Amino acid sequence: MKPPRFAYAAPATLDEVLEALGVEPDATTVLAGGQSLMPMLNMRMAAPRVVVDLNRVGELAGIEAGGERVRIGAMVRQRTIETDPRIARRLPLLAEATTHIAHVPIRTRGTVGGSLSHADPSAELPAAISALDGRMHLRGADGDRVVAAREFFLGPLTTAIEPGELLVAVDVAAPPPGSGWAFLEVARTHGAFALAGVAAVLHVGSDGAIDHAALAMCGVGSAPYVATWLPETATGEHPDEALFEQVAERVRDEISPYDDGHATADYRRRVAVVLTQRALLTAAGRCNGGGPS
Amino acid sequence: MSLPVAQEAQIVNVTVNGDEHTATVEPRLLLADLLREVFGLRGTHLGCEHGVCGACTILLDGEPVRSCLVLAVQADGRELTTVEGLAGAEGLHPLQEAFREHHALQCGFCTPGFLLTALYLIDGDPAIDERDEQELREALSGNLCRCTGYQNIVDAVRDGAARLRTAKEEG
Repeated sequence: MKPPRFAYAAPATLDEVLEALGVEPDATTVLAGGQSLMPMLNMRMAAPRVVVDLNRVGELAGIEAGGERVRIGAMVRQRTIETDPRIARRLPLLAEATTHIAHVPIRTRGTVGGSLSHADPSAELPAAISALDGRMHLRGADGDRVVAAREFFLGPLTTAIEPGELLVAVDVAAPPPGSGWAFLEVARTHGAFALAGVAAVLHVGSDGAIDHAALAMCGVGSAPYVATWLPETATGEHPDEALFEQVAERVRDEISPYDDGHATADYRRRVAVVLTQRALLTAAGRCNGGGPS
Repeated sequence: MSLPVAQEAQIVNVTVNGDEHTATVEPRLLLADLLREVFGLRGTHLGCEHGVCGACTILLDGEPVRSCLVLAVQADGRELTTVEGLAGAEGLHPLQEAFREHHALQCGFCTPGFLLTALYLIDGDPAIDERDEQELREALSGNLCRCTGYQNIVDAVRDGAARLRTAKEEG
């Protein structure tokens, strides 16, 4: 099928984008990489009166990796996250998560901001960004605001972005040097939506005890699941299978997966338990440049 | 107020396989339909029209994209490569030769998308034929074929990579 009629604007600056968004804020859709919106337009599941295209706004496509937190512009392509050496060095979790998103010809167009604001419950980036303490930078007619990942993802395809507002960037905390990481998922085929996926980061101090831990999941609820209790549970502990089993049990009890045509909630729960243990083991093995295997 | 928004047709200038084209199109026209219906370049096939099958894959400034998930107006000022741009005056492109020799197509519907995806993969990783089969299959997994069972396509891409390397070495 073909998209319905819409009015189209392709501004070159952020100021012009906000002006365009303000014309009919309740009937306007933002077009980023188009890898979710275009199918919805083609199938006429979406019929906005106005489409505002961000693809000519150069100021949204930058990565600032010099500081303590890494700032990623909303229009940075997923393929860039996958291949950029600064991301590989400071945010290998994000690069690894990206390789699970669909296929290369999707990732060349798909963007970081597009995935975050689309907020599909099975999408990889919302979970990975949540595990990295991500903060969304929103801009609207009334100015800028910063929303933490936990307050940003409100439910399936629902975020804290208000009509007329735009996600301009996300910033994340780069884990301490020497951290281990893993993004694992189970999908029906390579590139398909995740039935369940998990993002994990661990850092082990010189005494062999965990001093930084983060874990978030996709596909197991209406929004990314974040194990906010993990730092308290894991800090000071040794990264071993007994600990990871304990973590996985608590994850199993806290997540609220759903049934759909691809898998039952019960299956997703079981996958989540196994993935949690595997991801933590993989992350532990990657601590301090490989570490004990 | 001066509305920076337009529903009217817009002018698109694109370079397709080295040739410059201009068209006046509605904003909702898909890039695949610009190629097929406006320029008459029907080698780019449209299968699912929602980004799943990969048949409409073309190169946009050298990167593979689903032309059913890009608006024609977004291609303004850009360079496109479609399957029509592969064969030269002296005959088929080496990758096309490899597809023919290995019987990597039956009905041929998916072939243009496979060729352009594979060209990009080989360009970024000239020794892709030496990768293990699983990696190669994953790299090609965004293109669906309902005839061949994929084995001959994998063989053809491997051979095509080797042919292109040889051609480059021989200058």
